[in-house]
Order: sequence, then C-alpha cells, then structure tokens
Amino acid sequence: MKTIFERSVEKRKLSLLPECDVPAVDLEAADRETPLDLPEVSENDISRHFSEMAKSTHGVNDGFYPLGSCTMKYNPKVNDEAASLQGFTNIHPLQPDHTVQGCIGLMKEAEKTLCEITGMDRMTFQPAAGAHGEFTGLLLIKAYHRSRNDLKRNKIIVPDSAHGTNPASAVMAGYEVINIPSKEDGCVDLDALRNVAGDDTAGLMLTNPNTVGLFDKNILEITDIVHKAGGLCYYDGANLNAVIGIVRPGDMGFDCMHINLHKTFSTPHGGGGPGAGPVGCKEFLADFLPGMLPAGEDQLYLKKPQNSIGMMKAYNGNFLILVRAYAYIIMLGREGIPEIAKNAVLNANYLRVMLSGKYVIPYKETCMHEFVMSLEHEKASMDVTAMDVAKALLDYGIHPPTMYFPLIVHEALMVEPTETESKEALDSLIKAFTEIYDKAVEDPEYIKNAPHNTIIERPDEVSAARHPKLRYIPEDN
Amino acid sequence: MNIPEELLYSRSHEWVKFADDETASVGITDYAQEELGDLVFVNLPEAGDDFAVGEVFADVESVKAVSDINCPLTGTISEVNEAIMDEPESINSDPYGAWFVKFEGISEQENLMDAAAYEKYVEEEKAKEE
Amino acid sequence: MGSFIANTDRQQQEMLTAAGYDNFEDLFAHIPDVVKLGRELEIDRGLSEMEVCRKIESLSEKNIVFRHIFRGAGAYDHYIPSIVKEVVSKEEFVTAYTPYQAEVSQGNLQSIFEYQTMMCELTGMDVSNASVYDGATAAAESVFMCKDRKRKSVVISGAVNPAVIDVIRTYCSGRETDINVVPAKNGLTDADAVCAALNSATACLIVQQPNFFGNIEDADRFCRAAHEAGAKFVMSVDPIAMAVLKTPGEYGADIAVGEGQSLGMPLGFGGPYLGFMTTTQKMMRQLPGRIVGQTEDSEGNVCYVLTLQAREQHIRREKASSNICSNEALCALTATVYLSAMGPEGLRQAAELSVNKAHYLQKELEKAGFAPAYPDAEFFKEFVTESPVPPERLMAELEKHGILGGLPLEDGKILWCATEKNTREDIDDLVTLAGEVIC
Repeated sequence: MKTIFERSVEKRKLSLLPECDVPAVDLEAADRETPLDLPEVSENDISRHFSEMAKSTHGVNDGFYPLGSCTMKYNPKVNDEAASLQGFTNIHPLQPDHTVQGCIGLMKEAEKTLCEITGMDRMTFQPAAGAHGEFTGLLLIKAYHRSRNDLKRNKIIVPDSAHGTNPASAVMAGYEVINIPSKEDGCVDLDALRNVAGDDTAGLMLTNPNTVGLFDKNILEITDIVHKAGGLCYYDGANLNAVIGIVRPGDMGFDCMHINLHKTFSTPHGGGGPGAGPVGCKEFLADFLPGMLPAGEDQLYLKKPQNSIGMMKAYNGNFLILVRAYAYIIMLGREGIPEIAKNAVLNANYLRVMLSGKYVIPYKETCMHEFVMSLEHEKASMDVTAMDVAKALLDYGIHPPTMYFPLIVHEALMVEPTETESKEALDSLIKAFTEIYDKAVEDPEYIKNAPHNTIIERPDEVSAARHPKLRYIPEDN
Repeated sequence: MNIPEELLYSRSHEWVKFADDETASVGITDYAQEELGDLVFVNLPEAGDDFAVGEVFADVESVKAVSDINCPLTGTISEVNEAIMDEPESINSDPYGAWFVKFEGISEQENLMDAAAYEKYVEEEKAKEE
Repeated sequence: MGSFIANTDRQQQEMLTAAGYDNFEDLFAHIPDVVKLGRELEIDRGLSEMEVCRKIESLSEKNIVFRHIFRGAGAYDHYIPSIVKEVVSKEEFVTAYTPYQAEVSQGNLQSIFEYQTMMCELTGMDVSNASVYDGATAAAESVFMCKDRKRKSVVISGAVNPAVIDVIRTYCSGRETDINVVPAKNGLTDADAVCAALNSATACLIVQQPNFFGNIEDADRFCRAAHEAGAKFVMSVDPIAMAVLKTPGEYGADIAVGEGQSLGMPLGFGGPYLGFMTTTQKMMRQLPGRIVGQTEDSEGNVCYVLTLQAREQHIRREKASSNICSNEALCALTATVYLSAMGPEGLRQAAELSVNKAHYLQKELEKAGFAPAYPDAEFFKEFVTESPVPPERLMAELEKHGILGGLPLEDGKILWCATEKNTREDIDDLVTLAGEVIC
C-alpha cells in the first residue's frame, strides 16, 4: 500500500478555510525555515487512502478476537452516538461549573454506579488507561502511608504471573518490586506471601481471577495477610469481566483499584487507544484522589480533594470515553451487568472443554472468563510453537489469542472469548483450532510458514529492531 | 558449540579473558548467544562504573525479550565496546570477538570454569532442558 | 434490559451441558460464598437503546454549548474538517486492537508510521513515538527520558501551562526528583533566573512555545544554556504554531512534546487528547511507549511492525522506564487525517488566521479598555489583558450571548484566545459587549 506521502502531488489541497477578514500580521519572531513536508492531496485521495488502510485492519467488526486479558467484546454503536453529541464534544474543559451541569451530572452518576459495581466508595475518572490507573493507585497508597508518617514501607508485592504494567507502575511510583512465585495451580503461594509481607510492605497488586483465568479462592486470606502486615491491596481491574455483578473487588479486601473502560465496559480499543482507567477507592483513601471530583446536589460543581496527589493528566480524563461506558452501563442495568460475567465464563469454559481433546490445557478446573493453552508439547514433538498456531489462525480470519503471556506458562496461548460471541463463532474457533492441529501433525512446515492468506507474510522484526526506520524518508523509497 | 581453550567461563555463560591479574575483558559465550536468539540491542554501562560479582552490568535485547548479563568479577569498567551497540548481530556471529566491557582493578572473581569444565556444564544445562 | 449477548437461553443451556455443567450456579460454585455479592446490584434497571439515547441527550442538554469560543489555555477550538470525522469513524479503525499481529494490522501500523513521520516534520525532530495520553503526560515522560544517575533535577519555566507543571509534579512525586519552577517575568520565561538555576545536576530544562500566556519565547538562549550545563532542552510546543514558527529541531532541542488536540480532536470536556513525543536519533531508545517501524516480510514486501518493544513494560517489567501500555491510537489517526487534509498550506493558513484574529481581537479589546498585560512580548494566538471589571461579571454577560470569554487568571487578568473559527463579526460583537460591561 502506498503511503499518503507517495500519493502527494504538488499544489493539491482541500478548500477548508476562508479568506482572512482581519488585517494580516507579520510576526517578528523567528520563522520556521525548514520546509514543512506534509502530504499535498485531494479529499478523494484521502478518502481512498484510508479506505485501503481500513481494509487492511482487522476490527471486531471483521471477526472474532479471543485475546486473553483484553476483553475484546462487541462495541455498541449507541455508545459512539452518545459520545458524538455536540452537547459533549463542543464543551471546553475549562468552562465554568454552572455551564457543564450535564458533564458533572454524568460523572456523578457514573461514579455512583461504578462504585456500587466494584464495592468502592469514591472514584476518579482522570486516568487515561489501565497502566495510568495503576500508577494512580500506587500514588494513593504512597500518600496514605506518608500521611501516617509510615515512611519505611518501600516495597510492593507482585505475583510473577502479573501483567508487565504492574511492576513497571510500582517502579514509577518509587517502589521496589518483590516478585512472589505462583503455585503450580497458578494461584498465590500463601507461604511465599507471608514470608515477604512485613513492615516494609506498602502494598500488594493483584488481579482476581488471576492471569491464568482462575479464581483464587484464598483471596480473603491474601488480602488479610497484607492488611495485617500494614499494607494496602490494589486490584488490577483487567479481569473484571469474569466476576462483574457477582463478586466485587471491594468485598475481596481490596482498598483501591482501576477499571479498564475499554475492556469491561465495551468502549472501543481504537487500534491501541484511547481507553480510560478510572480509579476507585475506599473512603479512607478518597481525600488523596487526583483531579476534580463531582460534588453538590442540585447545583453540581467539581472539587479537588483536600490532600489530592495532584493531576494525572491535564483536565478531566478521557471524558468522551466515559460517556460511552456510561451509555453501556445504563443500557445493561441491574439485570444486564451480571449476565456479562455469566456468559463470559460460560463461553470460556465451553471453549476450554471442547479444545481439551486436542490441546493441552494446563489448568483443568473450571476457568473464569479466560483460559490458557500450552503448546509446549507441540513445540517439543513437532517444533510447532504457540506463535505458529497463532499465525495459522490468521488464515481463518480469526485474530490470534494472546501469545506468550502469562510468563509462568511456556508456549502460552491465552483465550478470552467474552460474552458477546455467539455459539457459532465459538464453534468456528474450535473447528479452526482442530484443523490447525491436524494439519500440524500432517505437514508441520505449512503451519510454521503461516499465515498464507494475509496481505503480508511474517515481517522481519529482527531487522526492524536492529536498523529502525521510524519515519518515511522520500529518498529511501 | 564453540568453547575456546584459553578463556575462563562463568555459570551464567559469560567468558572472561584475563590480560593480567587485575584486568580482563568479558563477553557472552556461543551457548548464550544461541539461547538468546537474534540480538537487536545491547545496553552497556559506562567507563568508570564499579560492579561486584553477581551484579547486573549490562543487558541484551532480542525482539521479544531482555536478558540481564551478570558480572563475573568485582572491579571497575575501563572500556566499553561501542561497536557492539551499533552492530549487535556481531554478538551472534562472533561471540568471542564481540567483547562487552573491559575491567580493571579486579579484586574478586566468581569460581570460573576452564574450557573443559564449561563444556561439561553446558551439556548438563542442555540435558536439563529436555 | 439491554443486552449484547447473542446466545439465546436455549443455546446457553446447550453450551452448559456440553461443557459439563447443570446450570450457571455450577459454573460459579467454586467461588467461596463469602465473597459473592449474593444480591442484585443497587443500580437502575436496564434500558432499551431508544431510552438510553433519550437519557444521555437530556444530560447533554444540561450543558451550555458556546457558539463562540475565545478560551484556550491548552485546549483549542480549531476547525475540524469533515473528512477527519468520516475516516476516524470507520469501524475497523475504531474497534481494532493494538497491532501486535502485524499481518492483519497493516492499515493501523501504516497510519501510525505516517503519524510519526508527520510529527517529525512538524517539530523538526528525527523520531516520534506512537503517542501518549496528552501533552502534559508527554512533558512528564520527557523528564524520565532525561534523568540519569547523576542528573535528577528539572528546571521548568513558570511560563509553562500550570496544568502541565502539576502533572509533572505528580509524575515525579514517586521518584526522587528535584523540581525547580522558575517564575515567569513579564509574561515570558525569566532568562537570567533560568540560566542561574541550571547546574550539573539538572537533567533537563522545559520551556513552552508559545508559552501559557500566548507569548513567543526566544528559545535560542535557553537551548544554549541548557546544553552548556550538560542538561537536555525540552520544548513543549503548539503543533499548529509549528507551521510558521522556528521549530524545536531548528533550535537544537533534544526533545519536543506537546498537546495534539488541535489536530482534529474535539474539545470534549478534556479528552481523549493526544500527547506527541519526538526526539533526536541519539535519544530514540529513551522514548517511552509504542513505536512503529518499517521493515520487509519474507517475500521482500515493505510492511510495518511494532518495534523496539524491548523498551516497553510488557518485556522489561520493573526495569521499564515507563509503565505506559496504550497510545492514543485513534487520536493519532485523527491527527494524521487532519494533517493530510490541511497539508502544508492549510496548516500555515490555520496558523496565520489564528495569529491575525488574535491580534485583531487584542487591538480592539485594548481600544475598549482592556489593556495588554505584557505589551512588550510578542504573542501567537493567545494573549493576556488586564480587566477593568471583575472578570466574572464580564463572563456572565458574554455567556448570555453564547460567548465563552477568555480564561480568568488568578491575578484578575484574562487569557484570551482566537483561532481561524472566530470571524471578524464575532470578534466585533464580543468587543462591543465587553465595552458595554465596562460602562
């Protein structure tokens, strides 16, 4: 596909802006001297270019996306319509409170509803993503310990199965990371936890169900151990889809948490963003929350908490994303929210059981919303790896599951169907996986060279990293 | 598996070439580069940095992973090999020529193995994997 | 109740049976009762799509949408071409995941590659990442790019947007960082004080262009001073202004960041916005976040892929320099389409129109009795005036006519903004009303 720069023809342009109706001003300040090399194209060129690019991008609208830990559920279009209302898009973030009663009202309602769903007391909508939320939560924990003059707590406990953002966020918040090994069943090793929990523990970061898709039954004991040692517990909300409406993080002993609106609450992934990672907390941490929180009854206003940790980004967070999530929540409502978890878990177990004939599923008990497959055996016997099977799925128009995560399972493929996939879609995945396995036995080279039907073959990632070409350069092409 | 006779080896697969009692150069072995796969970048320390036995003094990146390189000695970095930063592929093609750093003022070393002992050690490692 | 679950009750039962469960309770039986909620959520009942629309619309109607906006301070009302909205609504772009599987994401990856190229063109720098959450977090992340074992302090001009300074403080509150904000002088960075503040422990100096007050800084001196102290020079820039002003690349800056919202994103009460980060070839590997690179596939076809991933959290974990996982992909796409639609001439036009309108507004306001606060400084599209009346009174009057006036500042001054969207007539109306309030 040509780049937009290669479609450029000198002097082509659109007719977007009017003539100037005021005197022209010649600035004295130093001018830009380097030519500005942006594409010169017509609107038709743009339309065709991006249509071509859209056709080479696999969206949820194109097919199944069973990505473990990503919750790629269907993105309802009514959410997008809500977020396009001029009454939201044309609002300046620094308008006076009395002119944004609708925005503050939506934030207030959303906070109330999400707190009820998660078992938290207050919530900030400033964080723009899950990792951003994690960083926020850890700063809350830090502020809490500081406020009690408990300054020796400099360690955060993280299980080795955790998502990479967990330890990275802890380091950003100035903590040292203590990794604890998981048991054979993928759950937290209570003894290992007891060993490291002490008076230098600031907190624990955990997700439940865990990253191998299992609900850790010892959760109350886990959070209790940390609390008794004087630390706080942070819930990574990435897996909330498994338990929403059925179990609440606040009832499992967590003190603060983030929600991924772009996972559990159906806001679209946008090809990698924007998302939103609101952070909820129990009352005792509420005073430290960042950004502005809704306050007031009839006349609403925004207020920064007394001992706020500050600002996680300028303004009010990804508000238009919150609008989408709010539309989703009110549409599903009291009855619809728990149905999410029920069907997410059903769909995952259905797949797990139906695939366990041909593939190795290391954890054999009832899974939650996702489960892990291991291709270790196939690698050893046929030299067919998780990567190979994943690439072979592309030929079926199915986006591969998450590869090589969590790190505690070798040659892992993590599958999360979500509740919005139909039985037909699940059956077609089972069929694809089955055919790939059979083909691998018969002709492993074919699978090792997959995909065969996509617009490109496997890219050379080694060269890309050794000799990075990170922008278009006219002379090169 | 290439294991030059004249070098000494650590348990974490670094090679050490002593110029005299207090100076040496360090790199990673053929076994190590094979296990790591195609290397795309290496992060080296700076001349003047001090390291003790067991400390991480560098790391190497492949496309999907980062691996720490542990220090087999206690001493001060006298020189770093900038060339391997520009051409990390040389670590894969010539692991014993692609030295990472040179040490001076060496006061301690871990129990290094000679070529024969290292060869045996590598066999054991390989057996463990299967 | 709304639902997006396709499977009917009968299908659900079929699947339960096939998987070996009697009912849904069975599926959740292994979860201890003591942690289960065990009751209905205390939230409203679900709604049909039509009811959802009505409810959200009535919420949005409680907001006042100003027809004429003269307020900036980091979020700007620039014209958004229709083609932009069209392209960024394409379902593939909206619903796709992060392009980890290159073979089915070439469109997404190529659009980011084009975005990176355009941001380099705008700022004059060598390398761009795929974007971060917003301009303020971009500035904060740039601090971490510059910090090392010996240099842990940051000098920030007090003429930088206070919200950006706030975010930098919050970001640095976890790790040992000495933040020195040098108060602005006469609406500009206090050059003498800044130079005096730079020393051998300074990791970087951060200056905004145009600055928070709208004034244009002479960044030459700061760049030289920073480099002489062995520190990095970071510029936070307005992307529209880059069409006409000397770029960070031309100044010799090490890092150029900024807020990309002006490039086709609506005001949206604060987000989602777009933080761009660009730097020199030398500092490429210090960039946080995703980066797309060009490569070839096994058949020699040009293609694109996420690269330099070994910098990122999913590989480095606690050794990563940043925890960032997402980029604002759809917003980066928005900027790409916007810049394609505007082209070099269109962007220059948007910049020049904004400058011209702002200067016209300033002159007329001055005639009406609003004296310029920093008459000696040259401004771009924003400027500060004194106010002969309490700003709240002025704003209330303007509000009655659908006008959002400039931002009242803490010291009783007002920060005004004009862009290509404000016509001469709108400006004249504003000035007339403002004059009336004084009388």
